[in-house]
Amino acid sequence: MALDGYSEKVMDYFTNPRNIGVIDNADGVGLVGNPVCGDIMKLFIKVEDGRIVDAKFQTFGCAAAIASSSIVTEMVKGKTVEEALEISNRAVTEALGGLPARKRHCSVLAEEALQAAVLDYREKVGRKT
Amino acid sequence: MKPIYLDHSATTPVRQEVLEAMLPYFSETFGNASSIHRFGQSAKKALEDAREAVAACLGAKAKEIYFTGGGTEGDNLAIKGVAHANRKKGKRLITSQIEHHAVLNSCKFLEGEGYEVTYLPVDRFGIVEPAVLEDAIRPDTTLVTIMLANNETGTIEPLAEIAEITKERGVLLHTDAVQALGKIPVDVEELGVDLLTLSGHKIYAPKGIGALYVRSGSRFDPIIHGGHHEGHRRAGTENVASIVGLAKAVQLATGEIPCVAPRLAALRDRLERGIREKIAHVHLNGPPERRLPNVLNMSFAFIEGESLLLNLDMRGIAVSTGSACTSGTLEPSHVLAAMGVEPSLAQGSLRFSLGRDNTEEEMDFVVESLIEIVQRLRQMSPLYAQEAGGVES
Ligand SMILES: Cc1ncc(COP(=O)(O)O)c(C=O)c1O
Ligand code: FES
Repeated sequence: MALDGYSEKVMDYFTNPRNIGVIDNADGVGLVGNPVCGDIMKLFIKVEDGRIVDAKFQTFGCAAAIASSSIVTEMVKGKTVEEALEISNRAVTEALGGLPARKRHCSVLAEEALQAAVLDYREKVGRKT
Repeated sequence: MKPIYLDHSATTPVRQEVLEAMLPYFSETFGNASSIHRFGQSAKKALEDAREAVAACLGAKAKEIYFTGGGTEGDNLAIKGVAHANRKKGKRLITSQIEHHAVLNSCKFLEGEGYEVTYLPVDRFGIVEPAVLEDAIRPDTTLVTIMLANNETGTIEPLAEIAEITKERGVLLHTDAVQALGKIPVDVEELGVDLLTLSGHKIYAPKGIGALYVRSGSRFDPIIHGGHHEGHRRAGTENVASIVGLAKAVQLATGEIPCVAPRLAALRDRLERGIREKIAHVHLNGPPERRLPNVLNMSFAFIEGESLLLNLDMRGIAVSTGSACTSGTLEPSHVLAAMGVEPSLAQGSLRFSLGRDNTEEEMDFVVESLIEIVQRLRQMSPLYAQEAGGVES
């Protein structure tokens, strides 16, 4: 079922989102808000030896925002933090089989949440060493 | 279970009685009402009978009814028509911040032509304060346009009180009664309005047909130019079949108010009660009392409306939302904003608008579905975790 111009993949991640929730004692947390429509995304990462081993999310937003944040948690797993920083909103959009034009900013939010989580991780590591 | 339609403020299906009334006018009685031969004259008779019928339901005279291509056109014609015809007297209009875009954007268009428009604020229920309106009237104000009932919240505006003011100050008063018609009594004398817009597809007639009432003697210019139809005020060969359907629908809708409105209100109240009893952190948008019997607008805190709407749709339940995420412009509902509803609550607003075929079982199913969906979406909301001390964090 492709509702409101959404791909099947978007609807799949929206109705059945992977990795919802929080990570206790996360190594990095990114909290970003959407200046366009006011929605909020929170991304948690667990890092071991410079590699992201777990990621979870919470999102207050539309189907595109929920699907974007969910798929980004899958995309980062197993990546080094440097590799994670290279995941662009375009990559998120492509992984979802495309987004309607007016929903592109929701994938930007996912990219920003990921970057914020990685920056948070780096700050924490910097403080420790 | 068959799909549950709770979006009657958006549109309604054509009723069987309406469809049947229309059918002869597509093929048998197909004439052009302007033709003087018998084909034309039978179309003309249907047209004028329809005009009589609509007028009678509104407490108006037949010659005060102009058929239009729907509510949007009626609003445009009323506002631009009065503004243009009275531009020598002044170029100032008054409206409210919660009007339909057909009204707001007609006013914006006139601002581009050098008119000045005052957009009156509303209280937290969405009600325009007549005293505030009175203060806004200037000697060069020619038109006040305030809707009779709001399309998002169902809020009913104090039109009769407003009319006393406009009458005394010699200003014309227009009201958009598109949502009110068939839900509450609409009588142009009791309301005291000079112009009134109605639309067919909200009352079980087809889309693309409507009417504008204009009190005799009120000056207004046409916005569509062409032949001599509708007293030179709305050119274009009359859509006789749709006009006949509109008249039938207006008769049915206004005649049935005494039995339908209480039934709708009872169903609506059942839905509202179910939601309030079973779901925490919900807010009513609009006045508890002074609203249309078939509308319920509620905000579900910590979740966004599009997510809610799509989840309901997957269960066969059709509603609408004031969320920015669905608005095309990505701005939240201007109505809820004007009422001072917090942006994050406006994001989580749903409008349930009931119609004649809805049942108690449907209301109960909607409540059950909402309980599950709201819980699921809240569990993935960072706001819920934060503010309600929610589940996981
Ligand atoms: C209050 C109000 N005014 C005007 C309109 C526009 O009517 P129509 O769809 O017939 O152009 C609508 C319906 O969308 C409405 O709810
Ligand atoms: S989060 Fe608002 S449009 Fe996607």
